[in-house]
Amino acid sequence: MNHTAVARASTRTDTGADVLLSARDLHTWFELRRWGILRIGHVRAVDGVTFDLARGEAVAFVGESGCGKSSLARTLLGLHRPTRGQVVFDGRDLNQLDREGFKWHRARVGYVQQDPYGALPPFLDVRRILAEPLIVHGISSRAERERRIREVLAEVRLLPVEEFLTKFPHMLSGGQQQRIVIARALILKPAMIIADEPVSMLDASVRVEILNLLREIQRTRHLTLAFITHDLSTVRYFAERIFVMYAGKIIEQGPVDELLAAPQHPYTQSLLAAIPDPDAKNAAQLRDIPLGEPPSLLHPPSGCRFHPRCPKVIAGLCEVKVPPDFEPRPHQLAACWLHRPEAPT
Amino acid sequence: MTSDERAPLLRVEDLCLHYRTQHGTVRAVDGVSFEVRRNEAIVLLGESGCGKTSLTKALLRMLPRNVAEYSGRVWLEGTDIMALSEEEFREQVRWVRISMVMQAAMNALNPVMRVGEQVAEPLRVHRQWPRARALERAAEVFKLVGLPNDFLQRYPFELSGGMRQRAVLAMALVTEPSLVILDEPTSALDVLTQANIMNVLKQIKRDLGTSFLLITHDVAASSEIADRVALMYAGEIVELADAARFFRDPDHPYAKLLMASVPRLREVRQPEHIPGQPPSLLHPPPGCRFADRCPSRFERCIEHPSLLPQPEGRGVRCWLYADERRQREAQR
Repeated sequence: MNHTAVARASTRTDTGADVLLSARDLHTWFELRRWGILRIGHVRAVDGVTFDLARGEAVAFVGESGCGKSSLARTLLGLHRPTRGQVVFDGRDLNQLDREGFKWHRARVGYVQQDPYGALPPFLDVRRILAEPLIVHGISSRAERERRIREVLAEVRLLPVEEFLTKFPHMLSGGQQQRIVIARALILKPAMIIADEPVSMLDASVRVEILNLLREIQRTRHLTLAFITHDLSTVRYFAERIFVMYAGKIIEQGPVDELLAAPQHPYTQSLLAAIPDPDAKNAAQLRDIPLGEPPSLLHPPSGCRFHPRCPKVIAGLCEVKVPPDFEPRPHQLAACWLHRPEAPT
Repeated sequence: MTSDERAPLLRVEDLCLHYRTQHGTVRAVDGVSFEVRRNEAIVLLGESGCGKTSLTKALLRMLPRNVAEYSGRVWLEGTDIMALSEEEFREQVRWVRISMVMQAAMNALNPVMRVGEQVAEPLRVHRQWPRARALERAAEVFKLVGLPNDFLQRYPFELSGGMRQRAVLAMALVTEPSLVILDEPTSALDVLTQANIMNVLKQIKRDLGTSFLLITHDVAASSEIADRVALMYAGEIVELADAARFFRDPDHPYAKLLMASVPRLREVRQPEHIPGQPPSLLHPPPGCRFADRCPSRFERCIEHPSLLPQPEGRGVRCWLYADERRQREAQR
């Protein structure tokens, strides 16, 4: 495991100098018990992922539900303690952080949740919602808090600011609620934002608006943005690199345009083939999609986790050995035996 | 109405469904007219709150208590189904000739009843079939939607989301209706599962000749099955066109902006959002309901446009198309 981790890290030479966050061989498992006491196994939500995120970079983690992308997000936030492996953020190992350390970490990483209405306390008005993190992090001057609240509301374009300060979440539209969630994530001036499906609860036309806003803030503030999504059609416009996850593992990664133009892993290829662009020709043909469902994370398949569904499975290899990352194209890594150097092309 | 010789399966004329609320009357469906032809898939496309789900409720007469107005005419294979009594409607229409897959229906299966029994239930209720015969038929429909036979004996919790969605689809097909209404059938599903369900729908349409009325907000997904598209905005249909035309070159300014807001996988075109919000259905503006967000707005937009007939049976609710000069400008 370790040597692949090193190999993977060394391929990221272009931004290697300015790494903000690095995950090494990260595992987040959840213990599954029956009747509260009997341990019957582990749900391997995140099962050995390694990557580096540079400062000011926007990346997307893409995968279907249950692939572990949200558990990964929560592990990076420090909400789950990794079962194995480590996360180093801005030079500090999350495993080593104490209470104060975590407080520091939470101020440095903002979180944008999927469901804005569920993420906002219903009985607090916008001013109070945004003041909360400032109070917790010791900004005791009321005037200073007010200044920062107004500043961040203007940044997420809730204008005029006065109009929104006294509103409660239910008085706002879904898009406005999500702007408040983004404002709350930004108010402590983080170095990184993790956005977990930030627009999947919103209407199509509002989605683009929120994503454009996030992208713009990410650029002007030079933030690292980790964008967790199931929607591959949006990532091109809002991220520079993609990580494709399947059953707890990163199975392919690379720069957005290259990966979308020439996906190397059969799973990524299927995902892309399944996504329609609006075109009347779609109705005339069936899509060539592998059947079946993602595997149970309690008992993942041996070898490559995609092998039971894979149209290009190599008998005697894929179900036996876990594929390491190969680099079939520069900067594009795919954990698939098809790309082993000695493979016939 | 059109040059098409085939009689429409369903014809809807000036359908209205308004709700009474404590704030006033909500005009959820406000004078909607369209037709569904035989073996056709028509997509009702619109953002949340545009009235598309209310429209399905109006069609199947599944109304809440606070209805303020329910009017219009609906012909199904020549019968005026709005004139039927509640009893006749239940015996002749609902789940007999029109069935439906409701939004999030896969989460509404009875958790303590085997899936096969639930799929067979419409036959036992509507046709008084004996249990064994109904289950036999359920098994046939299971095959149709791609569910293994032994799933008949399973409980909903033993099925994945995609499998449950297939089961509710089987429930809608079991009585061999001529029209199936699908309300957001894939929006809660994963990408690959969505594509699989769409494949199933395409096969059923091809093999059984069923007509579909698909309700969705997802432009890209709707193109997977649409023969024609009816775009809804604020309780009204604003554009009605065949799919080839709609997805390539729609007419209504809202349709154009909507198409530009769709992120595309295979071409690089930065998606643009549509500024502003749809009007409240409590007090929709008296003129064109899209006017205050519309980039091509002009003096006449303070009047309310009707769905203006266009060549090839298309329709556009926009004054630009009442005037040839402006129409040319809009095309540019």
